[in-house]
Formats: sequence, C-alpha cells, structure tokens
Amino acid sequence: MAKKKLKIIVAKPGLDGHDRGAKLLCRIFAEAGMEVVYTGLRQTPEMIVEAALQEDADVVGLSSLSGVHNYFFPRVVSLLKEKDMADVLVVGGGIIPDEDVSSLKAAGVAEIFGPGTRTDEIVQYIEGNVAG
Amino acid sequence: MPSELARQVLDGSPRALARVITWVENDDPRAVECLEILYPHMGRAHILGLTGSPGAGKSSLTDQLTHHFRNAGKTVGIVAVDPSSPFTGGALLGDRIRMSRHAGDPGVFIRSMATRGFLGGLAQTTDNVVKAMDAAGKDVVIVETVGVGQDEIDIMRIADTICLILAPGYGDIIQSMKAGVMEIADIYVINKSDHAGADQLYTEVNSRILQDSQIRKRDREPPPVVKTVATEKRGIDDLMAAIESCRCQLKESGALLEKRRERIRQQTFQMIQFALFQLLEKELAQNGRLDRLVDAIIEKKENPYQAMREIVDEFIKVPAG
Amino acid sequence: MADKTELEEIKKGRETWEKGPLNKALSRFGERKKKFTSISGTPVNRIYTPEDTATLRYQTDLGFPGNYPYTRGVQPTMYRGRFWTMRQYAGFGSAAETNARYRYLLEKGQTGLSVAFDLPTQAGYDSDHALSMGEVGKVGVAIDSIDDMRVLFDRIPLDKVTTSMTINAPATILLGMYLALAEAQNVSWDKVGGTVQNDVLKEIICRGQYIYPPGPTMRLTVDLIEFCQKHVPRWNTISISGYHIRESGSTAAQEIAFTIADGIAYAKACVDRGMDVDQFAGRLSFFFNAFTNVLEEAAKFRAARRVWAKVMKERFGAKNPRAMMLRYHVQTGGVTLTAQQPLNNIVRVGLQAYAASLGGCQSLHTNSYDEALCLPTEEAVTVALRTQQIVAEESGSTDTIDPLAGSYYVESMTDQIEADVNEYIEKIDARGGTLQAIEEGYIQKEIQNSAYRFQKEIESGERAYVGINKYQMEEPPPENLLRIDMSVGEKETEKLKALRAERNPDAWQAALGHLREVTKSGDNVMPAVIEAVKARATVGEICDVWREIFGEYRPKEFV
Repeated sequence: MAKKKLKIIVAKPGLDGHDRGAKLLCRIFAEAGMEVVYTGLRQTPEMIVEAALQEDADVVGLSSLSGVHNYFFPRVVSLLKEKDMADVLVVGGGIIPDEDVSSLKAAGVAEIFGPGTRTDEIVQYIEGNVAG
Repeated sequence: MPSELARQVLDGSPRALARVITWVENDDPRAVECLEILYPHMGRAHILGLTGSPGAGKSSLTDQLTHHFRNAGKTVGIVAVDPSSPFTGGALLGDRIRMSRHAGDPGVFIRSMATRGFLGGLAQTTDNVVKAMDAAGKDVVIVETVGVGQDEIDIMRIADTICLILAPGYGDIIQSMKAGVMEIADIYVINKSDHAGADQLYTEVNSRILQDSQIRKRDREPPPVVKTVATEKRGIDDLMAAIESCRCQLKESGALLEKRRERIRQQTFQMIQFALFQLLEKELAQNGRLDRLVDAIIEKKENPYQAMREIVDEFIKVPAG
Repeated sequence: MADKTELEEIKKGRETWEKGPLNKALSRFGERKKKFTSISGTPVNRIYTPEDTATLRYQTDLGFPGNYPYTRGVQPTMYRGRFWTMRQYAGFGSAAETNARYRYLLEKGQTGLSVAFDLPTQAGYDSDHALSMGEVGKVGVAIDSIDDMRVLFDRIPLDKVTTSMTINAPATILLGMYLALAEAQNVSWDKVGGTVQNDVLKEIICRGQYIYPPGPTMRLTVDLIEFCQKHVPRWNTISISGYHIRESGSTAAQEIAFTIADGIAYAKACVDRGMDVDQFAGRLSFFFNAFTNVLEEAAKFRAARRVWAKVMKERFGAKNPRAMMLRYHVQTGGVTLTAQQPLNNIVRVGLQAYAASLGGCQSLHTNSYDEALCLPTEEAVTVALRTQQIVAEESGSTDTIDPLAGSYYVESMTDQIEADVNEYIEKIDARGGTLQAIEEGYIQKEIQNSAYRFQKEIESGERAYVGINKYQMEEPPPENLLRIDMSVGEKETEKLKALRAERNPDAWQAALGHLREVTKSGDNVMPAVIEAVKARATVGEICDVWREIFGEYRPKEFV
C-alpha cells in the first residue's frame, strides 16, 4: 500500500485578488511532498467545501487579505461539519488581527498563520496535525 | 465498511465516491472490495480522453465540453491528471480553477490526480478512478492527461474517444510528436484557432492524416479535425458533434465492444500479473531469499535466467492438459 | 565619463588598492557576506568607480531635466518648482464615511484625492450580490450608483481637486459617474483632472480584479482613452501599474519591464484604433512601487523614464515630447511592511518615500505603519502623510534635481536595470507580444519565481528582515486597530433596494438597452455609459450587460 499522501486544498475565499502568498504556499506544500489543489480566486465557502469533498482533502488552507476572514473562515468550518467532514484540518492565513484569532479558533479553525510566518513552520504544523 | 461505502457510491453520494477514489489512489485493499461491488455498474459511461501539450487548452475545453454535456442533461465526471514531482513526490493540481463555474452543480464531479511517479500521462490508478465514476452513474467521464511527454498513449487503455488538442505556438508539435501520439486520436482539435499559425497547423494536421491513411489502411474514416477557440466558446458545437458522431460510430460498428473487450483482456491479465507479482515478491522477500539470490547472480554463481525458470516452476503449477 | 588617460590611472589605482589595503583588510576581517545583492537579487559590487560609467554619455544617456530621454526627470524645475502631489489612497465603509476622511485629509494639507473602492465595486458586483457577502465597504468604499458617488464628493468641488480612482475593469462606469457628477456641479469636463487606473492587463497578471477576457476588456480601456482625449483633456486615462507586479513578488527590473510591456500593448491598441500617438500618449501615466533599498529604487525610476522615452520615440515614432515622458505615481511598498514591531514600518516608509523623491515621482502615497495588521487608523494615516511632508520639506532631496546623477553606483545600476528591462521586452516580443506572454503565463511565472526566491532568502536568513528573521522580540498584541462596521453591507443593500424602487424604470431600461446596442456595434461606449449612470443604473447592472456580451475571464493559474 502506497504511503498516504497529504492532500490539501488552498483556497482564496471572497473577492480578494492577493494570491502571492497562496501561490507561494502551494509551491512550498508541493515541495514538502503534498498534493496541492489550488482553487483560484473568488471562491465561496460552498465552492471550497465542495472541492474539499470531491478531492477528499485532508486539509483546507484559506488565505484572506481583505479583512473578510471573520465571515468566511467559520462558514467553511461549519459547512464541512454539515457534510460530515469535521476531520478535515482547516488552517488560515493573511492579514488577520490577533484579536480575531481566538474567535476563529473557537469557530473551529485549527491555526492562523500571520504575515511573516516561516513556511516550514506551516508545513510542520500541518504534517503534525492531520487526522489519521 | 467498504461495502457500505460502495453502496453509497451507487446511491450517488459524492462523499463516498471521493473516499473510494482515495482508496484506489492509495492502493488501499478496501478499494478492491469496493470495485468488486461496483463492477456490475461499470461500462455505461462514455469515456472521453483529452490529451495534448500543456497550454494547448485542455482545461478550457474540458470546461466548455462539460457545460455542453450538462446542457444536454448528461452528468459529467472529470479526472484531471497532473504530474508529481519526481524529487519530492508532491504535486500542484490546478485544473479546478478553469472549471469553477461548475461548482455547486451536483451533476459534475471533478477529481484532480497526481501521477505519483507513473509515466505515460496518467496515474497508475486513473483507470480505476474512471471506473468508479462510471459506476457512480456519470454519463460522461472526461480524462485530462498530463500533456507533457510525447508518449502519452496510456489514455488508449482507458478512453473510448480520444481528442488530441493542438494549438499554434506550442512547439513544433507535429514534428516532435511521435507517431504513436498522433495516431491515437479519434478527433483532432485545433484550439486557439484565432491565433497566428492556426491555419498552417490545420493544414499540417490534415496532410499528416492523409499521409497516415495512405501508409496504413485504417478500418474507419480518417479522424475529423475541428477548430475551436475554447476561451470564446467558438467551435464547441462542432467538437460536440464530432464526439457524438464518434460515439455513434463506435457503438454501431461494434468497435466499442471490441475495444472494451480488448481492454478487459489486457486489464484482467495485468491484474493477474500484478497479483502474482505481489505474491511472489512477498514470498521471495521472506527470509532474505531474494537478497541471497541477487548476491549469487552478481557473483555469477547463478544466472538470472535459470533463477527465473526455477522460481516460476516452484510457484506456478500449470495443470496438465 | 572620465577620459582615457584618467581611466588608465584609475584602473592602476584600483589594482594597487586591491592588492594592498583591500587585500589586507579582507584577509584580516573578511566581509559580512560572501555575496552582496540588492533586494531584487542583482549583484552589488564592492565599489563603483568611473570605470563603471566609462561608456555613459551625458547628453544622450542623461540629458537635462525635461529633455529626452528624461533620465533626470520630466520637468525642467522638478521639485524646485513644486513638490509632488501628495495623494493618500483612502476609502472604506460607506461613501459618507469616506467623504469625511477625504475632507480630513484635504484639511491636513493633502493635495489630491485617491479613491479606494471596495472589492465588489472593483469586480463589478453590486453590494447585494452573493459574491459581495462580507466584502462590502471592506478594503474601500462601496459605490453602487451615482447616488453613492454624489455623497462621496459632497462639498468637494471637482474643479479644485484632482482625483485618482483605483478602478480597472469597470473604469468606464466610475469615470462616467464622476463626469456626470461634474456636470451636476456645473464644472465643465475640460476643468476636471485626475486618473483612472484602467489597467486591466495587470489585473490578469497579478491583482485579480478582472471581469472580462483580455480582448473585450482592452476595448473598454481604449474606449475610455479615446473618449477622454476628445472630451476630458486633463484626465490621465490610464495608470499603467507596476505597483502590484512588485507587490506580488517581482524584482525591480521585472516591475519596470512588465509594466512597460503592458504600456506597449495599450499604446499599440490605441494606435490600432487609429489614434495619434502624439495626442494620446501624453495622458498615459504610470504607477510604481518603492521598496526600502533607496539607491536601487532611485535607479529603477531613472531607468524606467529612459526606457519608455526610447520605446515611444523608436517603436511608436512619437514626436511630441510629452508623449515620451514617463510620468508616474508612487506608492511605498505594502508588502515590505511587517506585522511584527509595526512602528518600524514608519522608518521603512520614510526611506521608501525618500527613494521616490530621489527618483523624481509626480505623486506619492505613503503607507501607514499599521497596514500589515488592518486598514489604517487616522493616526497612522497622519504619520504617513507627515512622512512625505518631512521628506519634501526637510530632507533636502527636493532642492536640487536628480541629486544622485553621476554616482558611479547609481548610474551603473540605472544601466543595469535598463538592460534587464530591454532583455525582458525582447523576450516578450519574441513570444508574440504582451498579451501572448500573459496568456502563456510567462510573465506570471517569472514573477512567481522571484517571489519564491525572495521567500527562500528570508527563511534561510540570507537576507535580513528586521523583526522577521532578525531582531525579533516578544510583543503585546497591537491595539487600536480600525474595524469596519460589518453592517455596511446591509445598509448598502437597503439603499439599493430603495434605488431600484425609486428610479424611473423606463429611462433605466432604455439606457441599458442603448448601452447593449452600442457595445455590440463596436462604437465607443462612454457616452452610453454616462447616460446609463444618469439613469441610475448600478455598477453591477452595467457590468452584467457586458458580461452577457463579452463573457467572463477565467484565469489559467500558474503555480
């Protein structure tokens, strides 16, 4: 049996077009041996969760720099729960004020990575926290 | 558990289908259990292969075709294959981006796959992934190959109809294409046909087809050449018509049955081969027998041909008669 | 620029120095790094001498300010005449809130307005569209109809300010609203001045606020340029932007190269439309970034002016000097700001503004130190504005024109960037031009590779980044962040409902119908757009007319 590959969805929720970080991370994740599905821009939570479902993803990574994380991130988590995919690890990044982090975590986002986070830290976190 | 999941696949659960595909991809033993249950439901879908060099517009065409199939009331499964890195094993799967307008449509199921070291334009397990989609009731399954190499002919093992997508400005495709790739096509598509060089490409492809038909007598009509501009939705009706006519021809002429029969023969044999291989590998690896054998061969104490005969004789008994 | 004998002497002198004192110092102490590179990765030599500028010809390569090839600046007096326009990009929440911020900034000495629109407006969706959820009024002001525009410019006379609008795919609509508003204020169109970004190519390359496929969206761009040339002569019809290219990870040379490649595509489209380069090109403006490496940035601006002047003269046969002048706005580098130790950003912005002044920009936005955390607070915006005022008033960089000219290093760097830019432009030409290079993803890929390389340098510690990989410290979470009222979306939705109920449905329908016909006919859309906004058609409704005709762009992603 082949070694289980980590499959991660990298998604840009909302209308934000800043995808430098998202694309960079796609490359970093692939270099870390993961199979990375990039959804592109302008994703609704429904689209992201559908992608996670069809791809049977282990992880969903959300990137937002336009300040809409409080709306989008929890919505993705709750839709995943609705689809019986609560075991999917949801992580987020972008411009996210510290004061929002605890409420996002309470909503089920596993971790938030702010600007300046080392990419190997993100990879390690994901590898260490994926269920199963 | 696997049987339950397989039943859910048959009931149309996308979540179950996604999980079965993961098992298939991972060579998980549970996959076989599922496939066994799914088998009676396979063979209904029209399997369409899209191959051609990167940048030629496979994803855009897949998107357009999907749109048309949906309008015609057909459900669509899409398997988009991208290469794994030989160094890291990771892969960037970006084909969903072009298909985002089908998001939210329960009649479309998209799965990205990495080749995981398999050459030939597909992953080793793509075949079974397609079958799972077929069994799940998709009317059409579109397989998009990697499109990097020039010997991507594995799509032949899978698809009923193969479209070779060409576009001007993406290398001297015709020249560099090995004979095999050019020949597998049932339909040639000149995408980006509004670009400079498209007419020349069109002429080249046609003359190549003519040459082929003169060299070799084919048992069917020469393949059609369709011009499209996928990004502007042009020529898609023509392509759909060509695909439909191809499908009818396959069915009516009996070629489809023949194709599938040949495919089943190959696949069955391959599966047996693989199962035997796994059995033998396990046996020989026990007690370090294989290692000792390799040492002996290196030291010229034994020769590999002799060793092969002995092992086959030891493990495989062919009943007389 | 030294003569031959002097060069010989310098060469000898250098060799003696290298063998003697330099060698001694190197063997005793070494250097901090094996390899020195600029932030763009360009190698930086230990020392520059007249040998490095030996081929420089003053009159042809530099010239005087206001003279071809404009290396030293586009005006004869530059900042001795007047400072650059201080233009802070601002907008958030509702039109009324933003209007209050504008009037605050004008009161504080700002000399021009710069409108930030929220993402739904930029992407051509009304505030009540499904994709607008959560985004209304977030990163800019929400404008749905001319009613909002009227509130946005309340008590701001349009003949007294110039206004820059960061709007691209729907630029014709927002300009249409502005012009209709000017009419209502009794300001004739030849008196209004400002800029629309209108640069759709870079949206496709890196910024993501595209709507239509390249062909049709370029047609709208050119319609706007053509219309303004005839009716709004003081309007800068496009702001060809390298800013976002740099933000998404390019090097300095790539920033200039890809921006100029876009510029070439626009100029060509205008010429193909039958416009006269000497008439339209003077109203093409540019928009660049300024990073913290002051000397590289200054060199970049100087090189950009020289390359563009040559492109316009040699490629497009321009004769009018104005058509060859690269005039540009600068914004300091958003991505250089750190969320860690945010006050440090004030210093970064200071250096970047200084670079912009040394480079000879026409207008400048300085970022606020808290922008890696949130949208800027009023206090942070004031510090940012003060920063450029200090550069202008106190640094002395404005007292003489192009003060870095003649620096062996800066001139070498200018030449190097020019050479790199030309190499890229040749490569793009070889691919069949800018549109083809974008479609193939060539430009995007080049930028992404640079972004990746930079990230690796930061993570390996090869390149120091204060607060990120060096001199880090524990700090309490930042306070006093600006929060946007989440209810803006609901209020805008209410307003839209009222608008749709109130407006004259016949006039509205007729205006949209006319726009549809004009669009299909291929005529310039601007007059029909102005009629439609006057009939209170919304941004989303007008964009939908075009979506129907043009289709929507879906990118090919290159990762």
